[in-house]
Amino acid sequence: MIKVENVSFTYPSGVNALKSVSIEISDGEFVAIMGENGAGKTTLVKQFNGLLKPGEGDVYVDGRNTRDLSVAELSKDVGLVFQNADHQLFCETVEDEIAFGLRNFGFSNRVNKKRVKWALTLLDLQEYRKISPFMLSGGERKRVALASVLAWKPRVIILDEPTVGQDQSQKERLLQFVRQLNTQGNTVILVTHDIEFVAECDPRVVLMSHGRIVADGPAKKILTNPKLIKKTSLILPQITQLFFKLADLGFPKDVISICEAKKLINDFVARRS
Amino acid sequence: MWRVEKMVSPIIEIDGLSYTYPGAKKQSLSNVTLSIDKGDFVTLTGTSGCGKTTLCRCLNGLIPHFYGGEIKGDVVVSNLNVRDHAISELAQQVGFVFQNPENQLFALSVEREIVFGLENLALPPDEIRERLEWALKTIGIEALRERSPYEISGGQQQRVAIASVLAMKPEILILDEPTSSLDPQAAKNLFQVISKLNKTLGLTIILVEHRLDLLSTLTDRVIIMDGGSLRIEGNPREVFSSMSAKLMGIGIPKIVRLYQELESPPEKLLFSIEDFVGYLKRI
Repeated sequence: MIKVENVSFTYPSGVNALKSVSIEISDGEFVAIMGENGAGKTTLVKQFNGLLKPGEGDVYVDGRNTRDLSVAELSKDVGLVFQNADHQLFCETVEDEIAFGLRNFGFSNRVNKKRVKWALTLLDLQEYRKISPFMLSGGERKRVALASVLAWKPRVIILDEPTVGQDQSQKERLLQFVRQLNTQGNTVILVTHDIEFVAECDPRVVLMSHGRIVADGPAKKILTNPKLIKKTSLILPQITQLFFKLADLGFPKDVISICEAKKLINDFVARRS
Repeated sequence: MWRVEKMVSPIIEIDGLSYTYPGAKKQSLSNVTLSIDKGDFVTLTGTSGCGKTTLCRCLNGLIPHFYGGEIKGDVVVSNLNVRDHAISELAQQVGFVFQNPENQLFALSVEREIVFGLENLALPPDEIRERLEWALKTIGIEALRERSPYEISGGQQQRVAIASVLAMKPEILILDEPTSSLDPQAAKNLFQVISKLNKTLGLTIILVEHRLDLLSTLTDRVIIMDGGSLRIEGNPREVFSSMSAKLMGIGIPKIVRLYQELESPPEKLLFSIEDFVGYLKRI
């Protein structure tokens, strides 16, 4: 679906944000791109929808070189939800905001209406339909930005720091529908340093540092590697920290989610009593 | 060295506070009564839109002086009723650090950023210089003094924002989700800086946060808001052990959640990694 070949990218300011990065993401994958602030995560995903074009190397989406395509063409397949919703929102009402993209892609009014309603419901925004996105809290604005992209149903959905400013119940809802989007066959790419969030959804983790990919593999393997975690300014998941300290009781070390932890500890307690 | 006198007397007293933003139909705060002691480290949390930020805005007079709207009840901060005092006057008592440091920083160098507020107070140059050095040192950003606030990392930007507020020598420091754009390691470091200000200077801290995992061992008091009212409050152990915190969508630390989900949990709450290790080694 997405193929990045030896891509380097330097911003006009001289910041060398990507250094010969190669990665392939297949159709239907669930990927979390993680790493410290300034690691190049956002720069990388902006290559996927053509917002940025490689300085060196090539990016292919469905076999098409992004150099030959406009952002509008690529966006139909690859939807990017920005980190800072304020960079994305500009309409007078939440409803208009969500309808804007749809209209631009030339959907009929009828489909348009249906999709807007669907997106409002999905993100629990019905009550804000008629008000300005700028009246809303930071977390709510983020949901509007997400709704406006989901509405045109791109096959690849990229969420840049979706959990920032979201409370736990919204994170849980986000987790649920990210999973849902993925099981429906969408490719989902998260850019995040919310390690606790990633620990619960167990995706493929791509770890970046200083413009390079330093590790790529299942979450369970990457998130429990203290060296890699330290290198990228992350912190081991709380559950993993616990299991590191339980190793001498015979527990495995590579535990990241509450669900796994619960089972292991329940079994242990049952055996002991 | 300057130090806020530590004694147990309320520094913030809120009585029957209700507030509605201009043009809004619903109250953002309804009948909030709260008292915060000098030197407390209070964590304020709750689902988004619950009124946390609005409450903070009432403490430094942004509400009602800047936002307008309809306010009922009283907010008294360091013996000043915010209704009767200008934002500039309150700013000397209450320092405010915002969610996004980019919205707060504007000067060409870190030093300029920190002295700006002091110059506006028309302090003598010696005093300004002294406070600048003190703030840089206390926050540990002396090496950044010549740098532009725009070319440093997010974590460093937040430290600069805190230093510039600290230089005003407020008694109260309010931080509204200061770590939301920081990576975990930077967030952890920032919490440690905040905790140090609380412990060594006796500064009263009000921290609005969702990241309770990293905070549970640093804060004295947790307040959970919901729908514009205060719902649960107490020390972190008490608050996180109440099931209603979970029902209210609060990100209680994973260790506590793991405890709550065990088949046969011990009676005493396992609050930290150490608690868990101790318990499993004992049985």
